Amino acid sequence: MTTAAADRRMIARSARRLRRSGSLGASGQIAFGVLVVIVLLAVLGPFLVPADPNAVSLSEAYQDPSGTHLLGTDGNGRDLLSRLVFGAQTALLGPFLVVLVSTLLGTALALSAVWFGGWFDQVSVRVMDAVFAFPGLLLAILATALFGAGLTAAIAALSIAYIPYIGRIVRSAALRERNLPYVAALRVQGVRGVMISLRHILPNIAGLIVANATLAFGFALMDLAGLSFIGLGVQPPTADWGATVGTGMSGILQGHPDEALFASALIVITVAAVNVLGDRLTERSEARA
Amino acid sequence: MIPTPTPSAAGASPRASGRGAPLLSVEGLTVKLPVAHELRTVLRDVSFELEEGKALGLVGESGSGKSMTVRTIGRLLPPGADVAGHVRFDGKEVFDLRGEALRKYRAGDVSMIFQDARAHTNPVRRIGDFLTEALRTNQKMPQKAAEARAVALLAEVGIHDPERRLRQFPHELSGGLLQRVMIAASVAVRPRLILADEPTTALDVTTQAEVMVILKRMQAEYGMSMLFITHDLELASAVCDDTVVFYAGQVVERQSASQLHHDPLHPYTAALVQARPEIGHRAERLPALPGHPTTAYEAPDGCAFAPRCLFAQEACRAGVPPLLRIGDQGDSRCLRMPELHGKLLAPTPPAATVAVPPSVDPGEETL
Repeated sequence: MTTAAADRRMIARSARRLRRSGSLGASGQIAFGVLVVIVLLAVLGPFLVPADPNAVSLSEAYQDPSGTHLLGTDGNGRDLLSRLVFGAQTALLGPFLVVLVSTLLGTALALSAVWFGGWFDQVSVRVMDAVFAFPGLLLAILATALFGAGLTAAIAALSIAYIPYIGRIVRSAALRERNLPYVAALRVQGVRGVMISLRHILPNIAGLIVANATLAFGFALMDLAGLSFIGLGVQPPTADWGATVGTGMSGILQGHPDEALFASALIVITVAAVNVLGDRLTERSEARA
Repeated sequence: MIPTPTPSAAGASPRASGRGAPLLSVEGLTVKLPVAHELRTVLRDVSFELEEGKALGLVGESGSGKSMTVRTIGRLLPPGADVAGHVRFDGKEVFDLRGEALRKYRAGDVSMIFQDARAHTNPVRRIGDFLTEALRTNQKMPQKAAEARAVALLAEVGIHDPERRLRQFPHELSGGLLQRVMIAASVAVRPRLILADEPTTALDVTTQAEVMVILKRMQAEYGMSMLFITHDLELASAVCDDTVVFYAGQVVERQSASQLHHDPLHPYTAALVQARPEIGHRAERLPALPGHPTTAYEAPDGCAFAPRCLFAQEACRAGVPPLLRIGDQGDSRCLRMPELHGKLLAPTPPAATVAVPPSVDPGEETL
């Protein structure tokens, strides 16, 4: 009887552990919730906010929060809430594109490097190391210097700069996977390398890729916000968090820090949430491996 | 309903071809693998032939080179391996196959059954995907037809409610069931040669027998040839037509499977036969082989078995003995075989008077 009870306890414990490995944990769930709110705000917000984010009214500059302007106004008298909500779109879309492109390219490069091996693997590893050694932000600044300020050049440059972040991790995971016996079994069945890579290796490392893409999203958001802050990214009058921090700088000197403060807070909250979520996803993919 | 497979021209009449050229011939195969920045020999001058429709047993202990032989035939050697000699399948040189030709060879001509079925299936793919993958990608069979075929295959290997099993994942199946799935997958494309690398070693004894019966039946029904690797001398003689005994990366004996027990052609085989318990009479202690198994890499200059051999003489240590033809019965890599033939299993072998080295540790015998 006592052993049956002990068995039951053990089963319950392992079931709990299994559930926990499947879930994200409390912090992960909170981070996920925060991100859902921010994304919803970016998607639906523009329909909800009362004011035009670009309506300049110099007589209303630097107003404190009030009934008409919930977060006050910026140095040009524009409604700050509207600008932050509209800014969420550019602030999130940029990093999303960077992560999408670099993850696709990085994964494709890493999988083919692992499958073909030999000199192709060696060359792609060296190239990725070289790109990795070059700061992404510097590459983006270089690109904007060549092709003119704006988001397009910056996103393209960062997409390339981020390939090694994903590529190196995918390569090592795929290499481990490729040496597992089941891959030998597939090879001896005459299954094509492309099929083995895409249908067998990729699903097995998908969790890791998602986790690292999430972390890369946070970095890309910081980089793009930084570019916009120094005026090379999003161009005025388009609303953007990073650019708002930049224009808010003069407000700080004049004793109105709200503009820079609110925009910075949004960046920090988003990046922190993304990082926590990325960490939990990494833990989960490691727990399953 | 289930599409009948169209047998290939060559596969249609495996036995009609008679004693023509063998399906598989391995000749002077020597393989070196890179280990810690040096090439280590794992196979030395391995030669044997396998005819269409026949089963050949590769017997030997762990590390003797059986698995490496089979992996070489399946072209599954790690990069950097150094291969000399010939492996010919149906007259084609296997090591000349490149790209599409290699893929066709693997997809249609040979298939492999592994010892550890669980490690050799992708854990995140369903049994159905696993079984139909080769059919759909290599034979361009439509999804529906491939699934029907998979159901039929599972039924053939004695799996009940195959439809449900197709939707399950490998971890939901027991080892025996999964090994049956492996067998079903390996015969799905009707290969001409099955490479079975200890397919039953990881299973418990009763499951082993069931799986063996299924494998043997399918091999006979479809007229496939089989290379069967095993530790188990009894199993080899029950399943195979001929056997090849490996020791330290070399073939030490080649003869028909039925004779292996009664009339071994090498002292090593004889020692193995004597080390088995017999169900007929009681033994206080089973004779164990003195010393411990060597690998091809560590093998001494002369006969690799000489240090453990009770019959070894000076000449045995001088050089690697050739494979000698012993009557009509088979080949032996033992210099003294012509005189010792038939005396190896004598009730009171000369070994009884020889002092057994004190280092005898039955636990080291890994066979």
